[in-house]
Amino acid sequence: MSETAELSRALVRPIASPAQSSVLADGRIDRILNTLGAWTLGILWLAPLLYAVWTAFHPSAYSTRFELFAPLTLENFRAAWAAAPFPRYFLNTSILVATILAGQLVLGTLAAYAFARFSFPGRDIAFALVLIQLMIMPDVLVVENYRSIHALGLVDTIPAMALPYMASAFGIFLLRQTFKTIPRELEEAARIEGCGTLGILWRVYVPLAKPTYLAYALVSVSHHWNNFLWPLIVTNTVETRPLTVGLAVFAGTDQGIDWAIITAATLLASGPLLIAFLLFQRQFVQSFLRAGIR
Amino acid sequence: MTAHPPGNGGRLAAIHGWLLLLPAAVLLAAFTHYPAVATFWHSLFTTPRGNRPARFIGADHYRDMLADPIFWTALQNNLVFAAGTILPSIALAMVMALWVNSRISGRSLLRLAYFTPTVLPMIAVANIWLFFYTPDYGLFDQLRGLFGLPAVNWLGSGDTALGAVIVVTVWKEAGFFMIFYLAALQQIPPELGEAAELEGASRWQRFWRVTFPLLMPTTLFVLINATINAFRLVDHLFVMTRGGPDNATSLLLYYIYEVGFKFWDQGYAAALTMVLLALLATVALLKFFWLERKVHYQ
Repeated sequence: MSETAELSRALVRPIASPAQSSVLADGRIDRILNTLGAWTLGILWLAPLLYAVWTAFHPSAYSTRFELFAPLTLENFRAAWAAAPFPRYFLNTSILVATILAGQLVLGTLAAYAFARFSFPGRDIAFALVLIQLMIMPDVLVVENYRSIHALGLVDTIPAMALPYMASAFGIFLLRQTFKTIPRELEEAARIEGCGTLGILWRVYVPLAKPTYLAYALVSVSHHWNNFLWPLIVTNTVETRPLTVGLAVFAGTDQGIDWAIITAATLLASGPLLIAFLLFQRQFVQSFLRAGIR
Repeated sequence: MTAHPPGNGGRLAAIHGWLLLLPAAVLLAAFTHYPAVATFWHSLFTTPRGNRPARFIGADHYRDMLADPIFWTALQNNLVFAAGTILPSIALAMVMALWVNSRISGRSLLRLAYFTPTVLPMIAVANIWLFFYTPDYGLFDQLRGLFGLPAVNWLGSGDTALGAVIVVTVWKEAGFFMIFYLAALQQIPPELGEAAELEGASRWQRFWRVTFPLLMPTTLFVLINATINAFRLVDHLFVMTRGGPDNATSLLLYYIYEVGFKFWDQGYAAALTMVLLALLATVALLKFFWLERKVHYQ
């Protein structure tokens, strides 16, 4: 296939007739227009972030004046950091994200192994029931979930924010697909060496699914770092509030309209994820790609 | 499917299978299946308050809903929001992916630019957009000022507020969907395009006859996701409009939040949630019985 394509390309190119060379000129205009369009859109897409960086690093007098040599300052970050308990919010978000991820990985691994390699009555129905969560996410069931969390006496705790997301249909599905591609012979070999069910899972399946785990972890962390509505509903103190809710409270109250400080706080809240993304862009994009292919 | 190795079939395997599934099943049942069913049950009762317990009222909440103008506004807004976000974000995602997949200069930087909104918290970027939309001082009005145009209260006027919110959502989503198209484009063998080229097809024809049909499964996947998001994404409303002005940007889930957690009428909020669940169930049924058959998988 590819040899013929290579050959045809080689044959077509050198003998460009006058008609074809005008096609080539058209191609050049075409390419210039495309590059222009792509970059216009790219700049539009980056504009909010670029603007936030500008405002946060300059005195508020320059929030709407763009002068090349405007003085730089870190004062806005200092003011934002002092005005709200951001260190606590960072801690809360970190604990929340880690708790959810740990739960999702453990529960997802066990369930995915059951679906991929065991036959038991009701398996297919159970799998269909799991997939329902892809359509009806906990995000839209906040009213009833609040009722349950309230009944459990967990309101305003980190487990309350984490529990609805710990069993993830997406994670189970993704890991099941990966486990299914692992040859059964490896499992047989481990069994002969005396491994039990959990031993096989731990020694054979988990190590071979590492890329899927990494991909899923990045998607999960960036999703839950940014989650807002459910944490807003179940938290009401500084001790549990995650960054997103803390930022909304901060920007919504007595700040007036000092945009410089609000954008500094905004960058603080997005900072860790954004820096991680810039450092590990390739892995991030690859992870989202991997998680998206079904 | 038929012959299972000794370890994985039989009664012991069945027990092991269920035990492995159990922890996830318990949490899924508790926070997805139970609430979906309980929503319906609780929508038939009044909200318990103080010493007054919940009282069965049948379909009263649903009758109230039909007479509730804010519900109809929120539903209508949500349908406009869906129409305004789904197609534009999918079309933009496809164009972005085609650009980033071609030999364009600086394409890794472009990919970064398009994808960045995905990793930023919606609640954070809403603050930045809020400033863009500010009358007089905001970026949009400053640009309009250069052309001598008057200031516009983008988020404060019922005519423009929903549109302004839609723009932010498209900006946030398009780069995320681009990733799926990029994955699909990278799996299309280049020979197909070359064959079409030899046949004398123009770039435009090549896209519509070759690339676009091959992207159909991805388009379906993205379409489903964009539709679910249209009923799920409300974070930016908390910062930008709080549903206003005069409910012009209230979406269904946002209205549910207000009824359930600001007015604390959880019975009525449950009835409203039923509408949301019905909409999502319709999407699911369309996916399984209609679209799935129409899409050509390789």
